[in-house]
Amino acid sequence: MLISLFIACYNDVLFPQTGKAVVTVLERLGHTVEFRPAQTCCGQMHYNSGYHAEALPLLRRFVETYRDAEVICCPSSSCVSMIREHYPRLARDSGDPALQKEVDAVIGRVYEFSELLVDRLGVTDVGAFYPHTVTFHTSCHALRSLHVGDKPLQLLRAVRGLTLVELPMADQCCGFGGTFAVKNPDVSAAMLSEKIHCIVETRAEVCSGGDNSCLLHIGGGLGRQRTGVQTVHLAEILASTGPAPTGAEGGKA
Amino acid sequence: MSVRVGHAAQAPEFPIAAKELVANSQLRRNVRRATDVIQAKRARVVGERPDWQQLRESARQIKQHTLENLDHYLERFEEACTRAGGKVHWARDADEANRIIVGLVQGYGEDEVIKVKTMTSDEICLNPALEAAGITPYETDLADLIVQLGEDRPSHIVVPALHRNRLEIREIFMRKMGLENLGFEPTDLTTAARQYLREKFLRVKVGISGANFAVAETGSICVVESEGNGRMCLSLPRVLISLIGIEKIVPTFQDLEVFLQLLPRSATGERMNPYNSIWTGVTPGDGPEEFHVVLLDNGRTSVLADADTRQTLACIRCGACLNTCPVYRQTGGHAYGSVYGGPIGAILTPQLQSMEHSRSLPYASSLCGACYEVCPVKINIPEVLIQLRARVVREGHSPFSERMAMKGAAFALGDEGRLSLAHALARIAQVPFRHGDHLGGLPGMLGHWTEFRDLPAVPQESFRQWWEKRGKDGPQ
Repeated sequence: MLISLFIACYNDVLFPQTGKAVVTVLERLGHTVEFRPAQTCCGQMHYNSGYHAEALPLLRRFVETYRDAEVICCPSSSCVSMIREHYPRLARDSGDPALQKEVDAVIGRVYEFSELLVDRLGVTDVGAFYPHTVTFHTSCHALRSLHVGDKPLQLLRAVRGLTLVELPMADQCCGFGGTFAVKNPDVSAAMLSEKIHCIVETRAEVCSGGDNSCLLHIGGGLGRQRTGVQTVHLAEILASTGPAPTGAEGGKA
Repeated sequence: MSVRVGHAAQAPEFPIAAKELVANSQLRRNVRRATDVIQAKRARVVGERPDWQQLRESARQIKQHTLENLDHYLERFEEACTRAGGKVHWARDADEANRIIVGLVQGYGEDEVIKVKTMTSDEICLNPALEAAGITPYETDLADLIVQLGEDRPSHIVVPALHRNRLEIREIFMRKMGLENLGFEPTDLTTAARQYLREKFLRVKVGISGANFAVAETGSICVVESEGNGRMCLSLPRVLISLIGIEKIVPTFQDLEVFLQLLPRSATGERMNPYNSIWTGVTPGDGPEEFHVVLLDNGRTSVLADADTRQTLACIRCGACLNTCPVYRQTGGHAYGSVYGGPIGAILTPQLQSMEHSRSLPYASSLCGACYEVCPVKINIPEVLIQLRARVVREGHSPFSERMAMKGAAFALGDEGRLSLAHALARIAQVPFRHGDHLGGLPGMLGHWTEFRDLPAVPQESFRQWWEKRGKDGPQ
């Protein structure tokens, strides 16, 4: 199957190792992966912050870029949620019926990484080896917008050598919330401190997740407090086959 | 017009108020403990109902239909209530409602009132208006009494004194009731409140209540509560005045069947409220002899005018969104600067009050969606928050620096060339802030990030650069 990547802006620039890991996993499963350099950003930050006029050109760009793509894979739930939940509304508000049609046509082909593997490709064992104790943070968008359920956990349970430990209060937001983290820094930090407490309590070596946005926040807190717990995106764990300490590079806290 | 939501116009912006509250460890303990308990109870009794989702959907539809035909149902309510011996007054705003109520109490020659279950009266600042006219209001709901005696403000729409623990309440009671001794147990505190209130129930001639629902078909009013103080307040005085926001209307008596299943489970985690009072007009020889309803607009019709956000008015004030909200959990209700706190307050206050005064409230959420999940009438709070944020930006209330940053980001993300250039610039700009593999002490808005968290340094090579190189060398 030809799979087109959508590597969200912040993953492109800040977390290149995640995109590389997605490529590794999908190619290992025998698929052909393509990256369309015209892609930039889904527009979520602008849309969720109220800058809808600025989000619209990014929606147009996404639609133009992926118009003919068969399957689009994005290793970020919140971007997929933006596309699936808010693109129809943003397109409607634009007053451009052709754009609405294009959005309707493309959104059904966009998959979050774990959705693609479990639902579309029907695999849970991707042949990974990762001999570490891992806990998993499900992002709010994965939980309540995409309803990914236990798909990421199914994937992790199939990883050889990996010990999965349950994260207490798993449905609690980590306090990132995009611009929320800088507009309400004190509340965001208070939320983060509860999340960190829960993660440290699990005694896991690694906190994984399907959204580098949450992991950026959680990892930033784990690092600041010198907890020694690392954050690693789900794709990087699934890409790992060797004994390297965290699979891919980076994500160190 | 003088639309007002408590003291919201003078309140500090959410992040500023929150900064102080987050530092109050006693308050945070109290709020966390209380919301944990209520949430667990709610989850248990909601889980018992296999038809919970259908109930929510029914409630949503009833509310939507009512709001879309509110003029019709309000007039039907007025007819039915008048027929049953009630008098209906219409108040455009807070000042008008206060004038009506003060006028009624003075007209009966009274200088005291007992009050129960009327958050709407806090919205219009009724107590100060009564006091200015020489009328003493006594709150009779236990939590409202604690707030009143503590010269405090409510911090939750169902449990207004949730931010206080038992020791703090004991201290307030001893001071304000003039008690030299008081035990520490809940029963000691409730006994003290009971003695304080009983005498007032028997003496005061005018009661003021709110309403959970007002039935258009029959003109009935419904108030649910746990203590029985409400029942006394509704039945013992000679005169009863009910202050009701116009959105509290439901079309038929049978509609209560849906809401009386949803509300107690969502609000207090009970299958049914201990006291459900429903009355229609006046009944000679039974209960109040005179009954007045004050129907309050105070900005509600302007909320109704916006199809995007009018679902806000479907709220039945259960407080489930507050209890589940991770933001409310850290700050309690006072940070929202309004009688309506939590997620529902963050969307209601800015719509009632002007956006200029409440521009920080639509941003007082991480958009985690937990509120929408628990809302018994399915108000899509995150969606309304986003629409209100768009209004803040559209009306020019967003900070200048933020507007510039957003425009800059939109430009940089406009095409792949600009994005690559931004990446290159970020790599250079980060040098002075770099500590090994992470950044610290960043300036401007990013400083709010690095105040509490590390930020990874921007790697040398972006994904797209790697991909391009890989294309040249072929997949490894």
